[in-house]
Amino acid sequence: MATMHTRSIARLMMAPSVILLLGWMLIPLSMTLYFSFLRYNLLMPGMEDWAGVFNYEYFVTDPAFVTALVNTLVLVGSVLVISVGGGLLMALLLNQPIFGQGIVRLLVIAPFFVMPTVSALVWKNMFMHPVYGLFASLAHGLGLPAIDWLSSAPLLSIILIVSWQWLPFAALILLTALQSLDEEQMEAAEMDGASAVRRFAHITLPHLARAITVVILIETIFLLSVFAEILVTTSGGPGYDSTNLSYLIYTQALLQFDVGGASAGGIIAVILANIVAIFLIRLIGKNLET
Amino acid sequence: MGNIRLSNVSKTFGTQEVIRDLNLNIEDGEFVVFVGPSGCGKSTLLRLIAGLEDVSDGRIEINGADVTDLAPARRGLSMVFQSYALYPHMSVRSNIAFPLRMAGLDKAAIDRKVAEAARVLNLTDYLTRKPRQLSGGQRQRVAIGRAIVREPTAFLFDEPLSNLDAALRVNMRLEISELHQQLGTTMIYVTHDQIEAMTMADKIVVLNKGVVEQVGSPMELYRTPANLFVAGFIGSPRMNFINGNEAAKVGASVIGVRPEHMTMSPDDGRWCGEVGVAEHLGSDTFLHVKVDGIGQITARAPGEIDLRHGEKIFLSPEPGKMHLFGQNGEIVSASGAVS
Repeated sequence: MATMHTRSIARLMMAPSVILLLGWMLIPLSMTLYFSFLRYNLLMPGMEDWAGVFNYEYFVTDPAFVTALVNTLVLVGSVLVISVGGGLLMALLLNQPIFGQGIVRLLVIAPFFVMPTVSALVWKNMFMHPVYGLFASLAHGLGLPAIDWLSSAPLLSIILIVSWQWLPFAALILLTALQSLDEEQMEAAEMDGASAVRRFAHITLPHLARAITVVILIETIFLLSVFAEILVTTSGGPGYDSTNLSYLIYTQALLQFDVGGASAGGIIAVILANIVAIFLIRLIGKNLET
Repeated sequence: MGNIRLSNVSKTFGTQEVIRDLNLNIEDGEFVVFVGPSGCGKSTLLRLIAGLEDVSDGRIEINGADVTDLAPARRGLSMVFQSYALYPHMSVRSNIAFPLRMAGLDKAAIDRKVAEAARVLNLTDYLTRKPRQLSGGQRQRVAIGRAIVREPTAFLFDEPLSNLDAALRVNMRLEISELHQQLGTTMIYVTHDQIEAMTMADKIVVLNKGVVEQVGSPMELYRTPANLFVAGFIGSPRMNFINGNEAAKVGASVIGVRPEHMTMSPDDGRWCGEVGVAEHLGSDTFLHVKVDGIGQITARAPGEIDLRHGEKIFLSPEPGKMHLFGQNGEIVSASGAVS
């Protein structure tokens, strides 16, 4: 396709953007790495000195670390299950010819356009609030005591809020995948004697495999770093019940002013994300091969 | 047994009537071809028989049993789709085995039947491949394989060859005809290509705008078309239609003469014209002749004929091979009556 000449020109032309992006990624990463080996506290400026692996030891042996790690994985896992499962159901429903299809689809997709902080605040004050919240009113209507969602089930509340945000994304991607399913294949399966459930299992689900993989990969990347929803609702509490890794790093850096410890936490989070990514790619990446 | 009977079948989509009050009887073991221009309702008719569409009115019987409200799978029919509709994530083996798995057969029986179908269709070497690794003709055979393992009462083909190139189409045409000879099962085949219809069918059903124009064997339709539509549709190149004065002379509104039923002469004949384009096919030459007062007439000449553009030629219809049509387009006098 390309001659040697055009290829080297292409490389030359691409170089500035590649260098910029590489610097954008590598400089913060290497600075974080560097800080993570320093005793670096904002309350004691000018006293940075080499700390070895102390920061890592400190961060990992912090009792909050294991809690945060588990919370992160539970949050990612549950939101994935809810959004992919619910998104699949929603996509199947939206794929049926119904009255006002366009408007319904638009409404379903709407939550994705709401900013995380805004949606978390809406949930916090309008739905989950034990006094003014909709859930409280519903509970009262049934003669039940109101539940203070954010303090009695903090992680579940966060999971609900984040799922609500990501459900439309999954539904949208899966809906477009469903629409590309060849109608004749379904008819062929029908002629072959497959029931609706078996058509779903043998034709629809394999057809959606790739789209589901994409949804899982993209959502995982974003869900590992959920932060705003926690900050505006529970602030990680009560205790460490709804603290995930990125929130723990935030408290370390900006509430305890321990840049070194927070950097160590950041590096650990990067390593964790990579482990999850490798695991995911191994598990489902084969669906992406053509 | 594979007898299919349609009585007074109608199908409307919204306000549009696609099939109008159609009656048809398909005998056991027959190869029936539905042919017609696009939009004539031939595919819809096939889907009605398959059960993929519900009839708006009328009755469909298979082997004497009313199947009008029966689900597609329970009608005992197999269908080969235009796009083949193979399951892309399954191997050829799983594709062919799919209907058997759905029917709940045990593994040994499935393996035996798949192997048998693969042998018949020369697919044995490809059983582990995925559909995307196959050529068009091979995919077609897999689709047929998936249809035959069910041992259906009848096969339905929905324009199965339209995605293949010309050479392969001729091959597959032969293979499907061969298969019909081997299996002896009723086959219903939808096509817009009259050559496929002529070469494969025991019985051709010519459809136009949701109505059956004529039913008959290929040669019946060729020799005695019932109306202008059938006359124009069956046969290649098209029949010449001559109207106006020439037709009025013999008391018809339109005269039809097939290009192969024209005799040519350099100095004497019924119509005199000038050669326009001559298409040399080797075996034949098709002459497009401009005749004064009539218009363009196509005539088939022997392959080796040497005629130039603009040369004068006389054309006459062969005696007994002229079709006369009345005002409404129906035949008034079959070939042979007028010379």
